[in-house]
Amino acid sequence: MFWKYGLFFSILSGGIWGIFWQIFFTIVGILTLGTPLSLELSQIMIIGPLAGIFYIKSQKFLSLKYHIIAIIIISFLIFISHLGNSYQGKDENRLIIFLLILLTSFFIWISLNHSLNNLSPGKLSKHDIESFYIKFMWGIGLIVLILITLIPFYIMIMTSLKNQQSLILNPLDLSVNLNTDFKTLFSSYIELFTNFNFHLFLFNSFIVSCATVMITLFFSIPGAYALARLRIPNKKIFSGTVILIYLIPSIVLIIPLYAIFTYMGLRNSLFGLILVYPATTIPVALYMLRGYFSALSSEIDDAALMDGLSRIQIILKIAIPLSKPAIVSVGLYVFMIAWNEFLIAFMFLDDPNIFTLSRGIMSLNSSEIPQQHLMAGAVIATIPVMVIFLYLEKFLISGLSTGGVKE
Amino acid sequence: MTDIIRKNKKTLLEKEKKLGLILLLPTILMVLSVVIFPLLANFWISFKPVSLGDLRPPNLIVKERIKERLSDNIQLAEIQYRFRNSSIKYDLENVIFKDIIPNGYTVKDIQPAQFCRLKLKELTCNLNNVSSRSSGKIILKVHKNDQWQKDLDNPKKTKPVVTFSSKNVLTSFEFDTENFKKIFSASEFFEVLKVSFYYTIFGTAGALLVGLLAAQILQKSFKGRSIVRGLLLFPYVSPVIAVAFAWVILFDPFSGIINSMLVQMNVIDKPINFFGQKYTDIIIFGYVFKFPLALSMVIAFEIWRYFPLSFLFILARMQSFPEEVYDAAKLDGASPFQQFYYISLPFLIGIMSILFLLRFIWTFNKFDDIFLLTGGNAGTRTFTVNVYEQAFAISNLGAGAAVAVVIFIFLLTFSLLFIRFSKKETF
Repeated sequence: MFWKYGLFFSILSGGIWGIFWQIFFTIVGILTLGTPLSLELSQIMIIGPLAGIFYIKSQKFLSLKYHIIAIIIISFLIFISHLGNSYQGKDENRLIIFLLILLTSFFIWISLNHSLNNLSPGKLSKHDIESFYIKFMWGIGLIVLILITLIPFYIMIMTSLKNQQSLILNPLDLSVNLNTDFKTLFSSYIELFTNFNFHLFLFNSFIVSCATVMITLFFSIPGAYALARLRIPNKKIFSGTVILIYLIPSIVLIIPLYAIFTYMGLRNSLFGLILVYPATTIPVALYMLRGYFSALSSEIDDAALMDGLSRIQIILKIAIPLSKPAIVSVGLYVFMIAWNEFLIAFMFLDDPNIFTLSRGIMSLNSSEIPQQHLMAGAVIATIPVMVIFLYLEKFLISGLSTGGVKE
Repeated sequence: MTDIIRKNKKTLLEKEKKLGLILLLPTILMVLSVVIFPLLANFWISFKPVSLGDLRPPNLIVKERIKERLSDNIQLAEIQYRFRNSSIKYDLENVIFKDIIPNGYTVKDIQPAQFCRLKLKELTCNLNNVSSRSSGKIILKVHKNDQWQKDLDNPKKTKPVVTFSSKNVLTSFEFDTENFKKIFSASEFFEVLKVSFYYTIFGTAGALLVGLLAAQILQKSFKGRSIVRGLLLFPYVSPVIAVAFAWVILFDPFSGIINSMLVQMNVIDKPINFFGQKYTDIIIFGYVFKFPLALSMVIAFEIWRYFPLSFLFILARMQSFPEEVYDAAKLDGASPFQQFYYISLPFLIGIMSILFLLRFIWTFNKFDDIFLLTGGNAGTRTFTVNVYEQAFAISNLGAGAAVAVVIFIFLLTFSLLFIRFSKKETF
């Protein structure tokens, strides 16, 4: 069967990598040149497989010199095959286009080198075939995954640094002109902080999130300790209820909360938010902290009890200091939940002076306010969370995967 | 001796029980007041014809005005009380308002006279019923007496005190099932049901599959793996409002990059409104399919945002797996796919089913994402968006609450399933 031969795989991977990198660099070309380039796939469908065959036939004696020669040959083929069509572009762009072709060939070759390494052109064993597929998909998968994850974030930052004129003139210009001075580059941010009260929103978000963290920890540390250590009747039912409660979404509670808080005059206030947020975060914190406390050795507690410490003293002097990293990570996780919360803030707050960031960004979503302001707001809201996340990534990952999960 | 120990043990147990409950009490109270009570209140509201306007309680607005202010040479003055029922729906009953007349004033005449009495300096007006939207006024003719001092006696200093009773739909004991009848009989109910389940099933399964794929990719160690692992979690940790709007701008029909790119590469003729178009025709081998575009975009967003979570859990589980088993399998000649199918997958199936159920519940309950991307238009209205739509867009709180009850019943069913499952698998 032909699909068991190494030659087939070299043709297959040559074709697919060729198409992949052709699309990728056409897009890069459109974005850097700002001129239309049509996507040409027919030529690469021949050149790619040829490169694959070339690789698998010659890999026994590949050296750096051969690699360079191969890349130059592929580039030459692509260049020749595109003579006379739009890929040639205008004269002033010729250098960039040539560079793009060189990069396309370079990446095709690198990818082939990765997925076809140690494959012989002849008949292959089942193991080799599957290893090939895995290696091949691993490469494509990793690149696609990273690109898809990051593109929206790049768009966010890029848009926020543009001005209205350049956005309308050429939406495809993804570059950021770093040569302009600080004031024009960050004009949207400056605008948000001077005319749209974003300093207030930041402050409000910060206050609400910090208060939520403090209340949550104050309530959940003793509660988690009790659930982990003390002999309480119906403990299992209680733990089950905790899980059930944190499955209840805020959309189910929003109507009565809206009604009750309106009646009590608490709706349009940060205090109202500080009352509601902890109720949604306490179950998560309780669940995560219970796990950490249970993992601590109970012998320390027993020894402390023998020494005459009360349970409260044990919590304060032993349990909390021992699980400090866990408490910090739970606290930061709660901070992120409160910071990112949208629905309740959106429903509760009417007064622009007490908007949190989520609510404030929502108010930027109108046709009268330019897109780059909206994106600058999004960046402002995202940066603190990212900083916390990068700083505490390891804590959070272990916390997330051992404890609970919450939106 | 053993008796004493037993007794001590018993009292110790009692003490622990008490302390445990005390430590848990704040949590219980908080959850009761902000989760359980509203939940019950939601049931209550769902059986009532409550609209958004009913939240502003009916009130009697009284304005006090002074005509002809007293001065050294003006002897007579007029105090006017204008009152108005602010509600357009409810009558006010047993309306009484009181005010103090300053010392320097003597009341000569009250019009209309039948409502009001003057006892010493206290004016008490019994207006009985004030029907909705109606208004009226009471006029007091006053003149100054010898206690009058300039600048000191201002009738406006004391505010009129109003007491009344009124019917309140929220607290009354009248119930009907109109809201439920309305939402179940609406033609869109089955549409909403269908969309909700499409969204939930494809969103959950998609996120789980992409998560599994990502975990497989990142299990292999390579340079910069921990950086990539951190990067992949970005969508999950960033604020929903930021990433949702980034998507909206990315796919914008007028200035979005995706659209201009597709147009420039000659893939499409004219821009597509990805989040605003319900169906798009896809032609495969001459057959025309109606592809639900906006719904698919919303599902794609859901997958993009939540695959990191599945990925994280699956990766954590995979890394806890003993490497030797794979080595043994390799020695026995198992191919990579066989290793995946016969070793990894059975090992992961537990965590994956838990994740599926958990994500299923949360996806079903997801509101923010769809609301921010499409506002529930273009065939993306799920139950959660319908709650908002009914309660706050059409201002019918009762109907919104009824939809929330439907969501809660689904949630309860899924949760019971989840608890039964998770008993077998601890995570």
